[in-house]
Amino acid sequence: MNGMWLHRKIEENTGLLIFGILFVSAIGGLVQLLPILEQESLETAAGNTRPYSAIELTGRDIYIREGCSVCHSQQIRPLIAEVERYGPYSRAGEFVYDRPFLWGSKRTGPDLHRIGGKYSDDWHRIHLLDPRAVVPGSIMPAYPWLVRREASASGDITAKMAGLRRLGHPYTDAEIAGAEADLEGLLEIDALIAYLQSLGTGFTEEGP
Amino acid sequence: MEAVSNKVYHDTVVIRLIQFSVIWALLAMLGGVWLAAELIWPGLDFGQYWLSFGRLRPLHTNGVIFGFGVSALMATAFYSVQRTSHVPLFLPRLAWFCCYAWQLVVLLGGLSLLAGYNTSKEYAELEWPFDIAIAIVWVCFGVVFFGTIAMRRIRPIYISNWFYGALIIVIAMLHIVNSLALPVGLIQSYSLFAGAQDAMVQWWYGHNAVGFLLTGGFLGMLYYFLPKHAGRPIWSYRLSVLAFWAFVYSYIWAGPHHLHYNSVPEWVQSLGMVMSVVLLAPSWATMVNGIMTVSTAWEKLRTDPALKFIVLSLAFYGLATFEGPMMSIRSVNVVSHFTDWTIGHVHSGALGWNAMITYGTFYFMAPRLVGRELYSSRLANLHFWLALAGTMLYIVAMWAAGVSQGLLWLSVDDIGELSFDFKDIMASMVPYYILRLVAGLIFLAGTFLMAYNLYMTVRGRPALRAVPPAVAPAFGVSR
Repeated sequence: MNGMWLHRKIEENTGLLIFGILFVSAIGGLVQLLPILEQESLETAAGNTRPYSAIELTGRDIYIREGCSVCHSQQIRPLIAEVERYGPYSRAGEFVYDRPFLWGSKRTGPDLHRIGGKYSDDWHRIHLLDPRAVVPGSIMPAYPWLVRREASASGDITAKMAGLRRLGHPYTDAEIAGAEADLEGLLEIDALIAYLQSLGTGFTEEGP
Repeated sequence: MEAVSNKVYHDTVVIRLIQFSVIWALLAMLGGVWLAAELIWPGLDFGQYWLSFGRLRPLHTNGVIFGFGVSALMATAFYSVQRTSHVPLFLPRLAWFCCYAWQLVVLLGGLSLLAGYNTSKEYAELEWPFDIAIAIVWVCFGVVFFGTIAMRRIRPIYISNWFYGALIIVIAMLHIVNSLALPVGLIQSYSLFAGAQDAMVQWWYGHNAVGFLLTGGFLGMLYYFLPKHAGRPIWSYRLSVLAFWAFVYSYIWAGPHHLHYNSVPEWVQSLGMVMSVVLLAPSWATMVNGIMTVSTAWEKLRTDPALKFIVLSLAFYGLATFEGPMMSIRSVNVVSHFTDWTIGHVHSGALGWNAMITYGTFYFMAPRLVGRELYSSRLANLHFWLALAGTMLYIVAMWAAGVSQGLLWLSVDDIGELSFDFKDIMASMVPYYILRLVAGLIFLAGTFLMAYNLYMTVRGRPALRAVPPAVAPAFGVSR
């Protein structure tokens, strides 16, 4: 039946249909993902990129919890306008300690990949609590609850860092042992600001 | 010839799934309207963390996709697989388990999102305990579905079942790989992949969740309900077969178009772009097949509001599957990426295609399931126009917003200085955002009308006891 015979077989056989779909749909992913997952340069830290400290990691998890990546990208494209607006374009090696990645897909607010060091801690504090006090016309929500909770209350930092070490992040025993002490006395907003101030600072013009 | 089976179809579970689906549609769309309002009046979260935009948005997307969408897919899959296999559901108790377990996952998962348990991976925001629960329910869904097919009384497996089958298999594969993570707490985990590699895995998942759930699954609906409705067989069965395999093969490659100019290797961006354009062929083959199927039954559009929804959804399917490949071309994507154009594109698919075809199938199934006329055809007609108006207004507003955003962000003057401040561009979006809010309200109002109409239709009635009809001997299976 001019080529349709194979199809007729699949059409009447549940197992063949299941296997056929699985096989045909897997090809594209294998071709694209396997080389990427094997590519060492994508796993090599660029410049001064280092694992997040206990405080920064806590801040990053708060950033994720509040869904900041819904409106803010962390990915500067290699385009004149983007480099002028935000700074040097993003390099893959700067994200090797990002689990998950936070590049985002929408910029309701500006990109934050190189926000670190651009504003003072105090500016961030005011901005997070009352965005319109420092940016008139901003549509960013306020986050008053960030000053009501201790940074140590948002997850077991020791377990988090130990988990990340298992995944290959080079934390020392001392860093993990001292993690809880590092968070002592800090509020959630302090941790979040520490994370924001660390963003994009691993970049050096010389490269890795 | 007498009926080959005196067993009755399991339709009560279908009715229950439709009811859940409509409830999620109302809640998730209400969430969407609220989010649209928050972008105009940021104070609308009233300082409550659970109303905050960043937490409410994943609830909106998950509610629409997994609450409204998947419940509707389960309902229509259970309805059509029985009727195309001429047997009642395999393991009906397991089907009931799927129905309720899934609602529980969506409910508790939604609450966990509001509580801030969020992986941040788009359309895969739920944390690891939910990921495991989803995988379990999904496998059960597969057992019921493929089990029913394996028991069928008719030799060929009808084309709609292939699409539902692809939905079940491919989503399982994507979900399991993308959710690989190391738990570091009761409801927290870190992705097994990092940085650029994580981005690639996520968009392989994210794009194909759209591909195999919101496109493939709903094409299953189309291939069953459109011919049923129009009273015409599929125009070209051979084309549907070709388009199916081309679709399953090529969709998977398109993910990297979400990462144009991002920190991933250029070859994979280019490959993703080319394959996205290729994808236009199977997408439009299916659309043409659908249009040709109704082409001799246009007069039914005048009297049947349900068919109107399905035919219109086909038009939006064509629009969205044309727009998608265009947006995946790098020189277009450079403007559209990160802008509201993306939001508009998603909604031309989600409102115009997914919601409309679902509404069409609900209007079709509800009266047949309980053996009573639709409560009000006039209300259904009004719903149709509200849905169309809301969708069009939404898309146009977001096109205007997205294109101007994209161009203004990229604009530099003669000496290479930025022409506009980010804040000023953001402020110029307000009129579009107001239009979008109005559009969402119109669409939501239509959905409320449907909920009322379906409620009045089904109210107080048990499912009819429908029996599988006889199979022509040439196609029968001897058991």
